[in-house]
Amino acid sequence: MPLRRAMTAGVLALACGAAGVAQTAATKTLVNARAPEFARAGLDGRRVDLKAYRGKVVLLDFWATWCAPCQAEMPRFAAWQAQYAAQGLQVIGISMDDDAGAAKSVITKLGLNYPVAMGDAKLGERYGGVLGLPLTLLIDRAGVVRAEFEGEADLTAMETQMKALLRQR
Amino acid sequence: MNSRRMLRVALMAALVVTPVAIARAQWGSGAQTESADSIPQANLVQPEALNQMLRTERAHPPVVLQVGSRAMFDQAHIRDAIYAGPGSQPGGRELLRSRVDRLPRTAEIVIYCGCCPWQRCPNLGPAFAELEQMGFKNVKVLYLANNFGTDWVAKGYPVRQGD
Repeated sequence: MPLRRAMTAGVLALACGAAGVAQTAATKTLVNARAPEFARAGLDGRRVDLKAYRGKVVLLDFWATWCAPCQAEMPRFAAWQAQYAAQGLQVIGISMDDDAGAAKSVITKLGLNYPVAMGDAKLGERYGGVLGLPLTLLIDRAGVVRAEFEGEADLTAMETQMKALLRQR
Repeated sequence: MNSRRMLRVALMAALVVTPVAIARAQWGSGAQTESADSIPQANLVQPEALNQMLRTERAHPPVVLQVGSRAMFDQAHIRDAIYAGPGSQPGGRELLRSRVDRLPRTAEIVIYCGCCPWQRCPNLGPAFAELEQMGFKNVKVLYLANNFGTDWVAKGYPVRQGD
C-alpha cells in the first residue's frame, strides 16, 4: 500500500491531536508485520533476495550517497556485519540514489562488506513510503519487522535490539 | 588587532571552515554541501503557510520544485511540484537551472527536499545558492524539520505520486 507509514501517522496524529505523535507513529507502522519480499540485482552483480536470508536477523538499511546521517551509520553497520555474522546477522543496504555509479563509489570508499541493491519508488512504497533517510529496519529470523529507525538513530539502542534478536533462535 | 583577538578570529574561522572542508573532502569533487542552515530565515516558509499559498487561487501560483531524489519524488511529492534533481549533485543543479532558466527573475519559486532532518539536508543549500546566483529574487524554501513524510504527508497536505 503506497505511503502507508506516512498516511497512518497522519491519521494517528489527527486522532491524537499532537504533532509529535506523527514522527513516532511514522517509525512504527511496519513493526510486527512481515517484511515485504524483494529480489533484485546487487551492485556487486550478485542477487539480493530477502527470502534467502530467512533464518538470519536482517538489518535492512535504506540510504543515499547524499545523506550525511546515512554515511555516518554505514561504517558501524559494516563493523556489525563482521562482528555478528557468525551469530546470524545479515546487513542489506538499499540505495535510494538515482545513480548506481555514485552508490558504487561510496560502497568502495567505505569498504562495505554487505550486499547493496538499488531501490526505487516501487520498493519504497512496499516498505510504507521511504520519505526520509536514513531508514533502518530490524527483521527477525522469521522475516517479521521488529524495529524501525527513521532519521539519525541511536546506534547503541539499535545494537541492543539487534543483539536481542540474534539471541532468539 | 591584539593577539588574543586575532586568535579568537582565527578560531572562529576554523570552526566555520573546517566542517565544510571535511564535508567537501568526504563527498568528493563536484558535490556541494552547504547546510540548509545557511538559508536566511526570511526565505523559509512553513508547511501550513505553503499549503495555504497553494490552495489560494492566484494568477501566478508559485513554481514548486523538489530538489531531492527521484525515488522519493516518485513515491510522493507536493501537488504540482516539478522534479528538479538533487541540489548537492552537479547533475541536479544542471537540471534545476534548466527548469527555471526561462522564468522571469521575479517569479515566485519554492524549493523543498525533506530527504533528511533539516540541518543535515545536503540539497537545499546548494539549490538555493544556485537560484540566487541565477538572479532569482523571490525564492522560498519549505522548512521540513524531520523529513517530507513526517512533516508534509503525515500532516495530510495534498500529494501526488509518479511524474
